[in-house]
Amino acid sequence: MSNPAPAPLLEIVDLVRHFPMRNAFGRRVDWLRAVDGVSLSVWPGETLGLVGESGCGKSTLGKTVMGIYTPTAGHLRFAGREIGRLPKRERRKVAKDLQYVYQDPGASLDPRWKVVHSLHEPLKIHTTLSRAEREREVGAILSAVGLPDAHLDLYPHELSGGQQRRVALARILTLRPRLVILDEPTSGLDVSVQASVLKLFRSLQGTFALTYVFISHDLAVVRAMCARIAVMYLGKIVELGETTAIFAGPRHPYTQSLLAAVPRIGGRRVTLDFTLEGEPPDPGAVPSGCRFRTRCPLAQDVCAAEEPPLRELDGRRVACHFA
Amino acid sequence: MTELLSVRGLRVDFVTDRGPAQVLDGVNLDVGPGEVVGLVGESGCGKTTLARAILGILPPGAARIRGGEVRYQGRDLLREDPDLVNDRVRGRAITFIPQDPFTSFSPVFPVQTQIMDLMKWKSPRAGNADAAPSPFRRYPRERYRADREAVLDTLRAVQIPEPARALRRLPHEFSGGQRQRLMIAMALLPRPDLIIADEPTTALDVTIQAQILRLLRALVKERGVSVLFTTHDLGTAHEICDRIVVMYAGQEMEAAPTDAFFTRPAHPYTRRLLASVPSPDGEIRDIPGEVPSLIGPPSGCRFHPRCDYATAECRAARPAPRALAGAHGVRCHHPLDAPIAIDP
Repeated sequence: MSNPAPAPLLEIVDLVRHFPMRNAFGRRVDWLRAVDGVSLSVWPGETLGLVGESGCGKSTLGKTVMGIYTPTAGHLRFAGREIGRLPKRERRKVAKDLQYVYQDPGASLDPRWKVVHSLHEPLKIHTTLSRAEREREVGAILSAVGLPDAHLDLYPHELSGGQQRRVALARILTLRPRLVILDEPTSGLDVSVQASVLKLFRSLQGTFALTYVFISHDLAVVRAMCARIAVMYLGKIVELGETTAIFAGPRHPYTQSLLAAVPRIGGRRVTLDFTLEGEPPDPGAVPSGCRFRTRCPLAQDVCAAEEPPLRELDGRRVACHFA
Repeated sequence: MTELLSVRGLRVDFVTDRGPAQVLDGVNLDVGPGEVVGLVGESGCGKTTLARAILGILPPGAARIRGGEVRYQGRDLLREDPDLVNDRVRGRAITFIPQDPFTSFSPVFPVQTQIMDLMKWKSPRAGNADAAPSPFRRYPRERYRADREAVLDTLRAVQIPEPARALRRLPHEFSGGQRQRLMIAMALLPRPDLIIADEPTTALDVTIQAQILRLLRALVKERGVSVLFTTHDLGTAHEICDRIVVMYAGQEMEAAPTDAFFTRPAHPYTRRLLASVPSPDGEIRDIPGEVPSLIGPPSGCRFHPRCDYATAECRAARPAPRALAGAHGVRCHHPLDAPIAIDP
């Protein structure tokens, strides 16, 4: 699926998103550096995985791209156009091409609206289609997500969780977006349900020529779905490259620990050999130099003094002095 | 075989607006001394209800125990004097690690207060209460000192840095991983024979999960404590368990030693479940159909509507337990035999 076209669909350049941390009197005392200088390109038709532990900034990155947060600094280019600082009216037009799927998309349906109402709404807002055209469009998309027409007249509570999820996906697809950001779309699901959801994402990607940014902390899922992955730690990308290459030989010590921590069925127990100590520091108090140095087995003085740049290394990019 | 805990034919219904939901349908389960048993299955399969039934903490209004027994060291906990079970067994001989370390502490008391409250009633040094516990009963000073020493030792064992200072802090000052360590310490402190751990690592990141699983397994093996570990994550079960029991829609389907469970699963459901784990080759296989409703569930084996091997026999009656080689048991009319290939 990785077919590097000449121009990336989405280009993120040195993107920064800081949140103010306020004391009890509402005075800003510090910045929480959720996303702190991320550069990334997403190519048309690919699925890019964004992995990392909670608090690493992966959701903030997704939401900043989506326009839910405005960037503190840096650039966002979508199909060659700067979208980071557009006025609201202009930004809304971009929303049509850029959609966001929350962890539980079913919960984003209005409980008082019938499915048909929910599915028509985006078309009413963003297009000038007539009622008959809208109906044709909605019917086509409903069958693509595998739901019968009879479901149009039901309320969300009359559907099962899986069907609600399908309706919410249909709602996102009615506008025929080009880039879909999937934020932890399978966390909390059982493996068998997860498998059906992933299958659906794949078939929709083929049908609607979608590009996915797949945010997840589940490395097994990312490995199955994504051709390229970016690993984040405390607001920075530490490693970026082809999934197969990274899984075969991770270069950054954090990626190595992360992969070593995933239970592997059928082998030796990985927890027997797992050595990473401690927990990620608070993103409000980021260590100097390399952010991972406080937990890194390879850390030296240079790591505290200098922040390692994300540099090119046999076809991937790694931010480590010793990679 | 002398089992520490043995559940036989347990049936539990929940009262709902649309009729009784048959959440447990004649479940059997054994936990041997010093054994870590995994209870795996999808959400709604009844694993939490089973764990709660063993602890005797089913919601009293909604749950109805229809039959079966929960034998702990040979005595049926469902028919023992409830006060006796409350005093000697629950929280003492059998303790609990909850799923969510965030909501299990009261946010307004220091950790010390909460742990010492537990120790006041459930410490191994506490005598057996003759009367019902009263908040006015004093905590003897001698025992308080001894218990506090034990608490500090256990906090050291679960690798909480500076335990004496940690005790003075409030729960929100700990990270999720630290709070789960505190929960493990609290489950170990009464020196139980059995710990019931309900998805204790689900809310944690993988690197923290790996630390906690390693710690928990090391501690229980060192102390010879049995663990019943419920999880929906097969990888986690592989990491920590000696034996695995799989449940589907309120029925236990298969029980096998961990190796056999992953290499020679005999039940078609187990095979489907293992196949739906994302594989490195990128292929994705789901289980067609949906988990049935427990209100008016399928007859016989509840997996039959989704099973490739289902026959009239499966619809008619639930298969009796069948013993295979090597402590491997399955409840299926058509068990499978061939080993399966495992992805590295």
